[in-house]
Amino acid sequence: MGKILQIENVGMRFATRKGPFVALRNIDLSIEEGEFVSLIGHSGCGKSTLLNLIAGLLLPTEGIMLCAGREVAGPGPERAVVFQNHSLLPWLTCFENVYLAVERVFGRKEGKEKLKNRARAALDMVQLSHAEAKYPHEISGGMKQRVGIARALAMEPRILLLDEPFGALDALTRAYLQDELLKIVARTRSTVVMVTHDVDEAVLLSDRIAMMTNGPSAMIGEILAVDLARPRNRVELAEDKRYLHYRKEVIDFLYTRHGFVDKAA
Amino acid sequence: MSAAIIKLEPASGSVQPHSTENPSSSAGAKPMIQIDATPARVDQVSRKPATELASAWARSVLRAALPPIMGLALFIGLWALGTMGSQRIPSPAVVWQAASVIFADPFYYNGPNDQGIGWNVLSSLRRVGIGFGIAAAIGIPLGFLLGRFAVMNSMMSPVISLLRPVSPLAWLPIGLLVFKAADPAATWTIFICSVWPMIINTAVGVQRVPQDYLNVARVLNLSEWKIATKILFPAVLPYMLTGVRLSVSTAWLVIVAAEMLTGGVGIGFWVWDEWNNLKVEHIIIAIFVIGTVGLLLEQALLWIARRFQYGNT
Repeated sequence: MGKILQIENVGMRFATRKGPFVALRNIDLSIEEGEFVSLIGHSGCGKSTLLNLIAGLLLPTEGIMLCAGREVAGPGPERAVVFQNHSLLPWLTCFENVYLAVERVFGRKEGKEKLKNRARAALDMVQLSHAEAKYPHEISGGMKQRVGIARALAMEPRILLLDEPFGALDALTRAYLQDELLKIVARTRSTVVMVTHDVDEAVLLSDRIAMMTNGPSAMIGEILAVDLARPRNRVELAEDKRYLHYRKEVIDFLYTRHGFVDKAA
Repeated sequence: MSAAIIKLEPASGSVQPHSTENPSSSAGAKPMIQIDATPARVDQVSRKPATELASAWARSVLRAALPPIMGLALFIGLWALGTMGSQRIPSPAVVWQAASVIFADPFYYNGPNDQGIGWNVLSSLRRVGIGFGIAAAIGIPLGFLLGRFAVMNSMMSPVISLLRPVSPLAWLPIGLLVFKAADPAATWTIFICSVWPMIINTAVGVQRVPQDYLNVARVLNLSEWKIATKILFPAVLPYMLTGVRLSVSTAWLVIVAAEMLTGGVGIGFWVWDEWNNLKVEHIIIAIFVIGTVGLLLEQALLWIARRFQYGNT
């Protein structure tokens, strides 16, 4: 187990019409292999920006960002992203959406049949084998998000990046997918960085929770280690004292110390 | 930018069957479309006896087909009423009679200036096909370039804005001058009038490819070829097909006018010829033929476009 991701003193400045806008500053975070880290904060605090920096979709204006010891210079298949709005290509079936990713990552080394097996295995992992021939508009929101996860997992990334993956789903589907994600992560031992604004989600899934202050020029205010044994069960944890304590910690940070500031006001 | 000016009908959400098409799109559109209004009801009645099922089906067909039939009947009735006792405008009955003579032998050939209506329509369609084909071959790639590169877009946009609203017939003399023959001049006019919607719609389509898809492409690290074939092209296709549809409609509008001026064989020339012969009933037949062909072209392209429509979510 080593450090897979190192973020050192990273800052992000955007050039806007009104001059430079500092979204993030002094971000320090390092993530161990196999760790599940959540980024939580109020909307607009720059947590998605931070995720996009890790993904390489944005490049930091300050600081150093290393993935597996190499500088992040752009997006790469070792950092797979699950987008908030699933971002499946509507003209491809679920299978083809996954296959597109598989083909890119393993296409040079492996034959067609093996690639197809990989795509099938990924869909099987999220229990969607039965829907592989369907198009995204023919399946539910939760299923689309699962295909998005399958697409990311199929790439066998070093880090799985989740950008509010369940934000657009109803509460029951969200709970179901969180449980599924817990199982998948336990099985694949993936390293995960997840952006969320859901306190329960963060506590239930994470090993550590990075709580971010309000933007502009947001930073990581505090990092909370969640020391709960795995596998975790949401029903048992609902009354667990330590779980409630962690939950209180996060709520305290978000609402008491760093309450949401409406910038329009 | 010029793209904002033109009528834009991207993936206009018309996934549903066409039975509720608004009547303004083309006056003759009604009779052909009404067959598919049933599917929702089939399920409910499927356990009932067959006769009941058949009668329910007949009723729904009737309900769908009746208004358009009534509309057409009203139109013909008004026409008959208005031409009663008139010597100049022929009544529906006269036109019907003339039509049954003409359509009895649509493909006769008595020398280059006297051919059946079938030949006339086909040669008009051929001209439209050639002019439109060249326009597509140039307009669509150009649209991709304009959409991809902002510099080219701002370079071309004043030229396009200037040339697009020019009447088709203003281009004809240029064509005659350059090609020194009537037929290529007509084709040239079709080309120049039908190229703009394809350029503009394709360009807008390329500009509107959702950032999400491009992010996916970046995260998956797709090759340029994969981006073009798996993301750009499918995403732009609905816009492109809208451009194609507008272009074909324009081309079919323009051909009649162009042929009136250039002569030869073609439905537009035929109209002019029959006017010189003072056979007004033939002109009315020509109007119906032009309308029907235009309608069929439009429906065919709508059908193609619907096949490439993806769910929105």
